[in-house]
Amino acid sequence: MAIKTVINAAGRSVPLEINGQPAVPFKGVGKYRPQGLKYSPPIPTCTDYPGDGNKVVKSLEAALRKCGLRNGMTISTHHHLRDGDLISNKVFELASAMGVKDLVWFPSASFPCNDPVIKYLEDGTINRIEGSMNGPLGRFVSEGKMKGTAVLRSHGGRVQAIQDGEVKIDIAVLVAPTADSFGNAKGTGGNSSCGVLGYAKADSMYASKVIVVTDNLIDVPCYPMEIEGNYVDYVVVVDKIGIPEKIVSGTTQVTKSPDRLLIAELTASFLEKSGILKDGVTMQAGAGGTSLAIAVFVHQILKQKGWKSKFGFGGSTKYMVKMLEEGQMGYILDAQAFDLDAVRSVENNKNHIPYPVFNAYNYHSKGNLTSMMDIMILGATEVDLKFNGNVVTHSDGYLLHGIGGWQNCLHARNVILPIPLFRDRIPVIVDKVTTLCGPGELIDVIITERGIAINPLRKDLIKKLKGSGLPLKTIKELKDEAERICGKPQKAQFEDKIVAAIKWVDGTVIDVVRKIKTK
Amino acid sequence: MNKKIATVGNAGPKVRSDCEITLELKGKGGIVVDLVSKVKTLYGESIINLCHEVLTFYKIRNAVLRINDSGALPFVISARLEAAVKKVVNTDPEFLPEMISENRYSTTRDRTRFSRLYLPGNTPSLMINAGLHSAYGIILDLEDSVAPDKKDEARILVRNALRQIDFRGAERMVRINQGKTGLEDLHYVVPHNVNIILIPKCESADQVKRIETEINAIRKKLKIRNTVFLMPIIESALGIEHSFEIAKASEDIVAIVIGLEDFTADMGVARTIEGSESLYARTRLIVAAKAAGIQPIDSVFSDVGDMEALKQNVLNSKALGFEGMGCIHPRQIAVINQGYAPDETELEKSKKIVLAFEEAGQKGLGVVALGSKMIDPPVVARAQKTIDLALRLGKLSEKWREESSSKEVN
Repeated sequence: MAIKTVINAAGRSVPLEINGQPAVPFKGVGKYRPQGLKYSPPIPTCTDYPGDGNKVVKSLEAALRKCGLRNGMTISTHHHLRDGDLISNKVFELASAMGVKDLVWFPSASFPCNDPVIKYLEDGTINRIEGSMNGPLGRFVSEGKMKGTAVLRSHGGRVQAIQDGEVKIDIAVLVAPTADSFGNAKGTGGNSSCGVLGYAKADSMYASKVIVVTDNLIDVPCYPMEIEGNYVDYVVVVDKIGIPEKIVSGTTQVTKSPDRLLIAELTASFLEKSGILKDGVTMQAGAGGTSLAIAVFVHQILKQKGWKSKFGFGGSTKYMVKMLEEGQMGYILDAQAFDLDAVRSVENNKNHIPYPVFNAYNYHSKGNLTSMMDIMILGATEVDLKFNGNVVTHSDGYLLHGIGGWQNCLHARNVILPIPLFRDRIPVIVDKVTTLCGPGELIDVIITERGIAINPLRKDLIKKLKGSGLPLKTIKELKDEAERICGKPQKAQFEDKIVAAIKWVDGTVIDVVRKIKTK
Repeated sequence: MNKKIATVGNAGPKVRSDCEITLELKGKGGIVVDLVSKVKTLYGESIINLCHEVLTFYKIRNAVLRINDSGALPFVISARLEAAVKKVVNTDPEFLPEMISENRYSTTRDRTRFSRLYLPGNTPSLMINAGLHSAYGIILDLEDSVAPDKKDEARILVRNALRQIDFRGAERMVRINQGKTGLEDLHYVVPHNVNIILIPKCESADQVKRIETEINAIRKKLKIRNTVFLMPIIESALGIEHSFEIAKASEDIVAIVIGLEDFTADMGVARTIEGSESLYARTRLIVAAKAAGIQPIDSVFSDVGDMEALKQNVLNSKALGFEGMGCIHPRQIAVINQGYAPDETELEKSKKIVLAFEEAGQKGLGVVALGSKMIDPPVVARAQKTIDLALRLGKLSEKWREESSSKEVN
């Protein structure tokens, strides 16, 4: 049965129905405003819970049974334990053993450690994943092997979907490095510290049932209460929730690649010459090697000029922590800590403040932190001549990454994408992105090792940087240069079947991924 | 040469922008291409077409071709396939990719040569973006960085790189092998607008002359007009003893280089950071170069992680009289370029001397004086050279005379 599709405001063909639910096509940036009330989970009664506050049950299986796990439920997890998470897979292993079918897994992100869930997608325990799919999971989806249609949302879009009831979480299984028997929990302490639990807040508040899983049970109260026990149904204590060295990278590393360092240097120079970098600047950069190098160069400039950044928004790394500690940054607001220095800082520095994405990225929030950021450093797998960006598929058509906070961050004042012009032989600038994740009107600057392209919409930047000595080019010139070196690539071939929907930050469908054609 | 099967190129988890090709000649069955590539969706057809084109060029009609590709650019793929063909068939013609128009520039004898980036001649991934890092020269190395059994394929790759990669105005250099192999190397690079040939382990003027003769024969035969300059590398005690004679061996020599790794080995001493063990050799080479009117160039600095030590090393090198240094990592280039360029103190002093000289000329004075100090003509000439260099490097504005006089008024 063919599902009806329409052309959305971005010119992409999208379905009006996904997994049997109606879907709204993308209408343009800031155009869609859902009406009505926010979704609410069922009303609990406190007398149904133990009077002594002790919600500990004997096992995860017991907790799942008490939550009434059954066919078709939506199970949410967060990704703060990253590649060291030992619990998410366990949930589906138990569900499979219990004979439960057609679950929807709603993670805030998945990691290579989650590849074993392919088994549960194959045996029917899981119908679909609504969340990021990396590597083998993405390949599985791209090849059309998942029963339901994947839905990819940004971190903020995930909160939006929870708040407006697009996704109703039946059971949230929230791992916590430290928790008490009432269910209060935090991201620090114990053997599996991840720093902050910024992604779990919405799940705890809106899920019908909430299970906290910890390997570090402490006396009440566990403080600060990143997850509040008032939302929690059951607490499970296990030997080990994660593998510490895979939760936080011991140390994040600045790129050693001379070409990436060149891009980072060009970016820092661009920020300085454009006047975007200034005293009181607000900024956000990721944990990739190039972003870290940019952070180092920016720090040098701030020091030289005697300037101070008002605040930075994390994911935090040791390089941001260094700015904070040496006085070039006032505060770090933080949704996730990427390395041990960042974890140490959030534990000890009162100016390093946990800040859930619930507040930072959410479309249904009364204001948005990202629109207050002066500098936003992001990546992309592809950018096209209209500055549209792709972060989920590669040019060969395979779904290989999640959206993360990328779409939400596009709302910053200056969105800058430092990216290589080609990766091995694969050009990054293309005629038309394989999958549209972010509209070009929100992407301001592309910085490659072979030149800088400013979005023609940013007349102010173009005017300001004329005669600056920076290698300014049009995006078409950059694309032509890449193709002169690499050759003109062929396009990936797809079948009609839609395997994944890409949501915009407001819950509308901006694009879809179709099943890859395998010869 | 009579083998029916050959493998060339590189593959493996860490290899990028390269490919490994196995070519097996067959008696029948046409051309069968088995392509494994991470860019197959995007470039599979173009890779296979290119292979057919190369094999047709060499009149090979029946063969099995196995390609393990990690994103090699077309000039790399054709170089690898040509090398494979030449291992199984006796054939001379070259399958040449286009010479891009950006690559036709020539160079001059007295140009600045602060930094020259060494690139292993059989590693395409390091070549592709090498021109972006602002080195004064790029050295495609056929000698020590290429394994003996890879020499043939490296020549072809370097030849194609000279035609296809835009090094953005950097001097295009090739370090050839020693002896007879080196003379053969010339035939692969001289026809493709190489600017400078580096002669390794140079110990005598004759060595230079043999290479000069071979180059000139190739230039004459192919009617090449651009001069191919020479840069002998001196890496032994005997070479140091002959350094002046080597420096004077050809009109085309623009610089001599000291290679300290081999030199210290030859001397049987350890190479140290402060380098007292090679001080005599270095200063002797500098004097020989200056006496011959060419540039003395320093050895590479091998600790690529320590930029502070590199900087110190460059400043010492400059103080001795060296005018440039080799680089083994792109990150060294900026430090080296900065180190050899005239610094502020030097510039200020040179400005004063040149202004005093010009003033003396205007007043018809025969003697130039700065304060109470007399200034000799060589000092004036050196100051003038520093000013010229600073102008070329953009460290000094064309209007520096007005700027410095207005500063004095203020």
